Amino acid sequence: MLLRQFIKNSSNPPLTPPKEGKLPPFGRVGVGQTSNFKTMKKELNIIGKSHQKLDGKERVSGKAVYGHDIELPNMLHGSILRAKYPCAEIISIDTSKALTLEGVECIITANDVDVNNIGYKRDHPILKKGTVNCNRDEIAAVAAQTKEIADKAIQLIEVKYKIKEGVYDPFEALKETAPRINEFGKGAEQFGNKNVAEYFHYEHGNLAEQKAKSKVIVKKRYELPRVTHACMATSNITAEFNNFDGRLTLWSSTQVPFLYQRDIAHALKMEPSKIRVIQPIIGGGFGSKLDMHPFEPICVLLAKKSGKPVQILYSREEEFLASPTRQPMVIDLTTGCDENGKFTFREVEIIKDNGAYTSWGATTPFVMMQSYSSLYQVPACKFDSHAVYTNNPFAGSFRGYGNPQATFSIESNIDLMAEELGMDKREIRLINANYKGEITGQGLHFKTCGAIPALKTVIEKSNYDKIMAAPNTGRYKRGVGLGSMLHVGGGAKIYRSDGCGTTLKLDDYGYLTIVTGSNEIGQGSETVLAMIAMEELGIPKEKIKVINTDTDVKPWDVGVHASRTSFVAGNSLLGAIKLIKEKLNNKASQLLNVKTNEWEYKDGSMLFNGQEIKLDKVAREMHFASPHELCTVNYFYEPPSRFQDKDFKGDVSGNYAFASQAIEVEVDTVTGNVQVLNVHVSQDVGRVLNPIGLQGQMEGGLATGIGYALTEEMIYEKGILKNPSFHGYKMLTSTDMPDVHFYPIETYDEAGPYGSKGAGEAPLIPTAAAIANAVSNALGVRFYSLPITAEKVLRALSEKKLETRNSKQETNKI
Amino acid sequence: MIITFKINGEIKTQEIKSSLLLIDLIRDVLRLKGTKPGCLEGECGACSVIVNGAAINSCMYLAINVDGKEVTTIEGLGNNENPLHQVQEKMLENGAVQCGFCTSGMVMTTKAYSDKCIAEGITPTREEVKKSLEGNLCRCTGYAKIIDAAEAVYKK
Ligand code: FES
Ligand code: FES
Repeated sequence: MLLRQFIKNSSNPPLTPPKEGKLPPFGRVGVGQTSNFKTMKKELNIIGKSHQKLDGKERVSGKAVYGHDIELPNMLHGSILRAKYPCAEIISIDTSKALTLEGVECIITANDVDVNNIGYKRDHPILKKGTVNCNRDEIAAVAAQTKEIADKAIQLIEVKYKIKEGVYDPFEALKETAPRINEFGKGAEQFGNKNVAEYFHYEHGNLAEQKAKSKVIVKKRYELPRVTHACMATSNITAEFNNFDGRLTLWSSTQVPFLYQRDIAHALKMEPSKIRVIQPIIGGGFGSKLDMHPFEPICVLLAKKSGKPVQILYSREEEFLASPTRQPMVIDLTTGCDENGKFTFREVEIIKDNGAYTSWGATTPFVMMQSYSSLYQVPACKFDSHAVYTNNPFAGSFRGYGNPQATFSIESNIDLMAEELGMDKREIRLINANYKGEITGQGLHFKTCGAIPALKTVIEKSNYDKIMAAPNTGRYKRGVGLGSMLHVGGGAKIYRSDGCGTTLKLDDYGYLTIVTGSNEIGQGSETVLAMIAMEELGIPKEKIKVINTDTDVKPWDVGVHASRTSFVAGNSLLGAIKLIKEKLNNKASQLLNVKTNEWEYKDGSMLFNGQEIKLDKVAREMHFASPHELCTVNYFYEPPSRFQDKDFKGDVSGNYAFASQAIEVEVDTVTGNVQVLNVHVSQDVGRVLNPIGLQGQMEGGLATGIGYALTEEMIYEKGILKNPSFHGYKMLTSTDMPDVHFYPIETYDEAGPYGSKGAGEAPLIPTAAAIANAVSNALGVRFYSLPITAEKVLRALSEKKLETRNSKQETNKI
Repeated sequence: MIITFKINGEIKTQEIKSSLLLIDLIRDVLRLKGTKPGCLEGECGACSVIVNGAAINSCMYLAINVDGKEVTTIEGLGNNENPLHQVQEKMLENGAVQCGFCTSGMVMTTKAYSDKCIAEGITPTREEVKKSLEGNLCRCTGYAKIIDAAEAVYKK
């Protein structure tokens, strides 16, 4: 059946594909109207039009101050000695030689400090004592007058080890005979196995019934590699401890300053409010700065001991060795569908290599189970995931938070089911796609949903038919693959509050200061905040300041994660604007002697019925005339999302983002090289706020997603990283980047500012899945592990040849 | 030893150790912090500066080698009347800056390449523009907007 016909004729009961709107010039698609659709959709002056980055001029001129650029008077430089072996006992540490080196100010080891363990499970000592559990383990730290001296001193510290046989494979670690890897792990008591760091179980529906209904069942194992953020700015921190009042100032690149403040306080047995966290300009985050890492409290300990400010900057090699990674995992996924291609069930078992310690990354199943339970319509689902301790470096959180891994397995299995059933790969996705109004088995409520329009858009725009119909012989083989994703779009209630505070101040001269709890890590959220204020208050960009870098000043916010910032901080700002408008409306009405709330804000003035008054005048009148008050307001926004129950059921986010990608690849069958030719991505972003910023998020996410699919992998041998450099770890360069065709879908979701949804993580989530499907389409060989390197392609092709030859011989015999 | 060189239009004489790297001369001695250390291994291009018209990785270049030469860093672009150079303007307009840590390097590489193209009277193709940026890594943007910005410079 032709796809177009199929879409027309399709009438699946629960599926009510919303009508597609007309495609406006930018290729936007409007669907899924909400109750206040009209107000949401009204033409806006600022929102929806491209705006340059708020502090772009500083960043493009080299004036922006990053952690690497901070210099304080008398500042020392810190360096960390890491373990020589991934698994060993520390017999002794001798720092005496190092201490005599001129310029060394102090050295610390675990014996010198009184601290708490850190990490999501508090299983991670800041400095190690007794045992070494992975190669990045911190043994000692030096503060010296220069970085060179500190590095030299590190070499002079003598550590005696008793080397032990480590466990580097999580399946080995699960065996009864395996040694206990992390002495603080509670696996034995909590999960029945000493090396299990964290376990998640989820289920809905009647699995047995759905299995019985299935015409096709596909069971496959997927293996996902360890990759890393590789932020262009390496990890850094500067700490200054004030002995007089016990206050600590940190210049830190954290993504979550308020949680970080609490974590540092816990680690160092301090009061959180004595810690001031200042964020310099951050040179990339992508999830890597969601946890507090040992080097950060270590820097504080050095500052405390030396009585001077201390800075720690990672080298690039250290960044590879000692920053968190994405979770490597093995996924066993079984899925089924009935004879019409309707999905029946998903059953998944995941073993994650947790590494030696537990970070927030261990909670990625929280996101993964959403995709297994609710990406497409899934009548029954069972999900089990174990994070298992090994002597590998520990995994953290990374843009997508488990979802690229989950989506890779789901979308691969979908292709396999379609193949087995002889069904069109588009059709199987369309009949199962999520729809507006759907409440999934897990309780996620899709009040708006752009899943079907996104799928249809990429299918149409990618010329899917044409690529499939083209002859595919010769050296270069082309293929196209589809992948879709579901991700939270309105924050995620995982902490006691998922909120964000805003303080607004309109000064005597009509300048607006937005003090927001949210953070800018390069993603452009502060620009969006300025745009919202411009839109609502008619104040020009030049008169808007955004203050967001200092925990002593800004109100609370949970931090940058879960694609939440524009959503939560935007809503918070809108709430504050409402309050400040009430104030301004009252004052202006009083001054001009009118009775109205209908003031229009335009070009720095307030207008009503032909009357006009300047904003700054209203603010001054408030300030200088009785009853004398300042034009300031405070607002705290808490999203309407709810905690999930103990079974992980519930509507966890303010809204949900959907996206599809159709990716065209060309595989060179001689070199094995896979080239991505075109990426068509369509994403339900609710509403486009800043087109240029959004497009940048798409392209950046895709580049990381393509790297995940094809080139990036941290190669470990017995716990030791073999490629800790940009030379060995292959990220995409400018010449590898394909053309990106982006078609935002606007569903105008009531919960988001102007109807928008979080967008930042989504672009990299379905990319590896779509690429793997495209490569398989091109070659007729499927890849169950990432990255799909040239080597793997060649191996697979030669195995395929062998197989064909063997099967021919078999036939000949018969 | 003592070297004399021109940096951002100003002649400087400086006593240095022969092992000093250019990036350290720029960032630590002259305190020009706009040049960024992304890897110090010659792999990322964040530290790109222009020496006698060519973009080089300042982390792989000994400072003694700028003796008698002309160095331009990101701080040397633009002036009081026009604080941003055309290349920087285009980067901003095209949304090529996210975290910005790679940006100085991208700008300097593009500036050197565009000067060369202008001198030789050529307009590079998009593929050539991509090639010119191959030595500069960016983790945020996916390069597309940086390439657009660089192309816009040549299109002028
Ligand atoms: S810092 Fe010089 S190339 Fe990376
Ligand atoms: S903008 Fe962040 S690395 Fe390029």
